Amino acid sequence: MSAKKLKGWKEIPIGGMILEAGNSAEYETGGWRTFRPVMDMEACKNCLFCWIFCPDSAIIVENEKIKGIDLKYCKGCGICAEECPAGAIKMVEEAKL
Amino acid sequence: MQKITEVRWHGRGGQGTVTAAKIFAETAMSGGNHVQAFPEYGPERMGAPLRAYNRVSATPLSLHCQVTNPKIVVVVDNTLFGTVDVTEGTPEDAIYVINTPDDPKTVREKNRITNGSVYTVDATRISLETLGRPIPNTPMLGALAKVTDVISKENLIADTKTNLSKKLSEDVVQKNLEAINRAYEEVKSE
Amino acid sequence: MGKIVAMTGNIAVANAMRQINPDVCAAYPITPSTEVMQQFSNFVADGKVDTELVTVESEHSAMSACIGSSAAGGRVMTATSANGLALMWEMLYIASGNRLPIAMMVINRALSAPINIHGDHSDEMGARDAGWIQMYSENGQEAYDNLIQAILIGESEGVLLPVMVGMDGFIISHSIENLSMLDDQQVKDFLGEYKPLHPLLNVNKPLTMGPLDLQDYYSEHKRQQTEAMELVKPAILKVAKDFAALSGRTYGFFETHRLDDAEMGIIALGSAAGTARHVVDGLREKGIKVGMLKLRVFRPFPSEELQQALGHLKSLAVMDRSESFGAAGGPVFSEVRSALYDLPTRPKTINYIYGLGGRDLGIANIEQVVADLQEINQTGKIKNLITHLTVRE
Repeated sequence: MSAKKLKGWKEIPIGGMILEAGNSAEYETGGWRTFRPVMDMEACKNCLFCWIFCPDSAIIVENEKIKGIDLKYCKGCGICAEECPAGAIKMVEEAKL
Repeated sequence: MQKITEVRWHGRGGQGTVTAAKIFAETAMSGGNHVQAFPEYGPERMGAPLRAYNRVSATPLSLHCQVTNPKIVVVVDNTLFGTVDVTEGTPEDAIYVINTPDDPKTVREKNRITNGSVYTVDATRISLETLGRPIPNTPMLGALAKVTDVISKENLIADTKTNLSKKLSEDVVQKNLEAINRAYEEVKSE
Repeated sequence: MGKIVAMTGNIAVANAMRQINPDVCAAYPITPSTEVMQQFSNFVADGKVDTELVTVESEHSAMSACIGSSAAGGRVMTATSANGLALMWEMLYIASGNRLPIAMMVINRALSAPINIHGDHSDEMGARDAGWIQMYSENGQEAYDNLIQAILIGESEGVLLPVMVGMDGFIISHSIENLSMLDDQQVKDFLGEYKPLHPLLNVNKPLTMGPLDLQDYYSEHKRQQTEAMELVKPAILKVAKDFAALSGRTYGFFETHRLDDAEMGIIALGSAAGTARHVVDGLREKGIKVGMLKLRVFRPFPSEELQQALGHLKSLAVMDRSESFGAAGGPVFSEVRSALYDLPTRPKTINYIYGLGGRDLGIANIEQVVADLQEINQTGKIKNLITHLTVRE
């Protein structure tokens, strides 16, 4: 994460309130990963299990087809690999990539 | 110095003493006064001795301490004489209003009251004859209206009616008013 | 306009709540405040108010429900005493930290142990750092007036803080006195409709409340609370001005009585201030130059204003109806003395701890305080800085 300038007390909403909805998109959690999910697109059957289970909505889907993984947000939790019925997702150590 | 009339009530839990102090205050207020009414908070049990207090003044009351030198002492239950000192802290010109069948002279001698003036009224008998129950508080108010200038009988009748009508039937309220009228007539002076 | 009635402090407060007609009330009974909610629940049952009454299983839950309801966007009230307030403790900070203008009546009572149900200020004084606005009332009239004003003070722009209004348990809560009650419509018009700044239930503008706030921003949010407390002062004066126009009764941070030309002063909060006023009048007739200051607002503490009002005195007695064990005097004393410290010349200031657990403070007690002040003025020396006034040796 880049070192952003933190705001002063006059510039922020009172009481720690977060006034905008859906702002977790501003918080890129991809940097948390130790293992990266790597997809074998040949083996993928487009069942969308990974898309359903991903806690960070990091599975990219276009026209009902799996297109890949959004690495800006993927924390590398491995749930997708665990749930994939086709065994099409492997967790690979980041350091080895 | 502000002129304040202070009253101390002696009764037992269940005799309506606290209610009487409350009605006394409301009646004095109807007469254009500033008032206070507060019981002494101990164990509030049926039959246990209790005290309640009033302050009345034509000007706003600012005192919020206990009443220690009451000019008027009301004894709702004369069996308290052996248990509590009803003369405690009273001034030379104290007024005692006592619920008893005895006359003031007898009460004074029997209980060694040396100061002020003693008035008696048989409020228990009046309440038994009017209400059918020994609740002497309203007749005691009738006697007070007669012997002090703090409350008038007219205001007392009106305020008792308003107050008791909240909880009691029309019939019982009327009987209380009758008890007030009788005590007003029957109270005895020395 | 309005009417004069004879009422106990508790019933006066319940009627203020009826006229305020809050959206939500969550409460749990505790002596001596029980009667407030008992009477108010009658108003709810009789359809006299539109309030959603939430009966909960503890004061912790009562304050939690108040917090939820206030966050949702409602005008919210409750009442408690002593151990009940103590059980709300952690939630008090959450109410103020989340900037929720809840109004709470505190019927001031001693804290156990040993068990005591009578009036002193230990409960509210203990909560003095919880971020709530705090006011004290001399009698039922002031409790009624303060509670109505508390709604608008807490909701003021820039403030958005919870308010607790104190009234002495039993001494006032259970005593009948004259009360000048406003008309229902007057109170309704005075308060107007509550327009919450950030209601959680506004589905068109979803927001998050109470998130994790670590080293990066927590200090900034606390600094905001300090600022909000600064803004309470003008809010109190504005609301008091509007209330005076409505009721004819004037309020400020404190009331002074015969203080301007006084050499000695007494500061008190709550019902004792009334007794002190009476004593001051009596002593003035004897030519003794003593005055009285009744503190109404304890949070925010009106330091500058007190400097102005007290600076000219030769000596000053601060009356505390609570003990701060191990501290340099009672809570009112510590703050008053600190406020006076920066003055080039200041009164010799002493402290009296009195009336704990409802112990009576009589006329003679206050006369003794003034006698002590006279001695200080004559000798220039303080014999006892802190005295436990109504305690047997």
